[in-house]
Amino acid sequence: MNVSDRPSAGRRLLPALSLLACVALWHLAASRHLNLGLVTFQNVPQPLEVLDAAWALLQSPKLQYHLGSSLSRVLSGFVLAAVAGVGLGLAIGRFHWVRETLMPPLEVARPIPAVAWIPLSILMFPSSEGSMIFITFVGALFPILLNTIHGVHGVDPRLIASARSLGTRRWGIFLRVILPAAAPSVLTGLSIGMGTCWFCLVTAEMISGQYGIGYYTWESYTVQNYANIIVGMLLIGLLGMGSSALLHRAGQALMPWYRPGGRA
Amino acid sequence: MNAVLKLSDLSPAEPATGSLEIERVSVELGSGAARFTALDDVSVSIRPGEFVCLLGPSGCGKSTLLGGLAGHLAPSSGRLLLDGQPIAGPGPERGLVFQHHTLFPWLTVLDNVAYGLRMRGVPRAERRAQALTWLAEVGLQGFENSYPNALSGGMQQRVEIARVLINQPRVLLMDEPFGALDALTRLKMQELLLALWAKRRMTVVFVTHDIDEALFMADRILVMSARPGRVVEEIRVPAERPRTAEWLTGPSFIEHKRHCLSLLRDSAPAVPLARLSPLSEPSGDAADSTAYSD
Repeated sequence: MNVSDRPSAGRRLLPALSLLACVALWHLAASRHLNLGLVTFQNVPQPLEVLDAAWALLQSPKLQYHLGSSLSRVLSGFVLAAVAGVGLGLAIGRFHWVRETLMPPLEVARPIPAVAWIPLSILMFPSSEGSMIFITFVGALFPILLNTIHGVHGVDPRLIASARSLGTRRWGIFLRVILPAAAPSVLTGLSIGMGTCWFCLVTAEMISGQYGIGYYTWESYTVQNYANIIVGMLLIGLLGMGSSALLHRAGQALMPWYRPGGRA
Repeated sequence: MNAVLKLSDLSPAEPATGSLEIERVSVELGSGAARFTALDDVSVSIRPGEFVCLLGPSGCGKSTLLGGLAGHLAPSSGRLLLDGQPIAGPGPERGLVFQHHTLFPWLTVLDNVAYGLRMRGVPRAERRAQALTWLAEVGLQGFENSYPNALSGGMQQRVEIARVLINQPRVLLMDEPFGALDALTRLKMQELLLALWAKRRMTVVFVTHDIDEALFMADRILVMSARPGRVVEEIRVPAERPRTAEWLTGPSFIEHKRHCLSLLRDSAPAVPLARLSPLSEPSGDAADSTAYSD
């Protein structure tokens, strides 16, 4: 074994140990019906019960429909939010008059939680699918938008001056200077936006009639099937984590020049 | 007349283009109470192929004048002409180099150098060939696939110079281009620039506050004073080219240096002034950006 392999093996071991420790603590607390006064584990299902429930879901033919509908909703909402957030963010960051025009309504809409959009989205969209996508869209839009604006404001004006002196025209400045210069910030926004998309999934799928991980979680709650709730929660967590990792990889592939922590 | 000029000039022929006229130019910067006159009624005329240094304390408007020549800011009054044509905006025929490089971090060294050709629609293979030639010219063979952040400060300025010169500018505008480099690297860069300039003569307007640098590089030094920015004296540097260490240590050099020093001391403001160039670096560091989230 190479000496340099050791730290990387250790680094891989640590996350696994940390996850195991969490499950072990959960098992201890749930199996002993720990009651800490403010918080109690008396009704919390144990890890093994959750594992059973997960196994049952895995065997169920419904799983693929749950996954398929949730993934397509999150993906649609996210893509729409990315297009709108990055596009608006570039315009707002660059043009004063766009900022003056669009920021006031956006600032009012920003603090409204996804749950509060449910009634209105049901009224506005004829299909429940549309309203569910809208809710994940709203969740992802603001982090993407604000980070894009932040990225555009951070572009070194000398970079723009140089590009113009080298013969770049108006649209070229956008495409070849502002967009790549803001890209690291945009990626941060996309990453957070992806997270909030999954975050809003349960909210969105409250209005689903049949399928979706969020629907599965919410339905398990209404029929008091507690182990299933945790299965749903963990699934959302895992999918969220996986999509963030994918996004991170894509970012690295598209921006080989950018190393977070170093100078941009 | 022309023939006489050619006979008397053994170094490369004076270029036909690249004359600059600065006609009674004033620039006011800032707004409201903070508004001030950065340049006050400056008139200079620069021959094609001349190497002119703008020397002065910080805040004397030398960067402002350069920004005007680059086309990044318009004079409040007066005219700026290149070969008789008014300067209306930035353009590749007037190359601009800042103190800190402005290479695009997302492009490789090669793509950075080839950028101007790309903007002109030159085909890919031709761009590549020319960029490689220019990289060799500034002594950076083998670095074409590196990203700018992997290079040292001196190398970054070499790439910057290649990126500007590939456009064959009539005028090279430099704003303290070697100010951030260590002494030895600065000397090497000065020699490189002089060598490039001797080979393909273009007009150079070089801003500096370093007297030695100005006396080593320039045909003519314009000494400026601060607030309002004015040209207080014009010094012709009598040394032959190529310039040697003999000139740098000779009595004439010392005499000129003493004279410049006294001029600068007289014109320097008692209180240091804030840099107010519209193209100065942003105050916040874009690298340590904070992310927003809900």
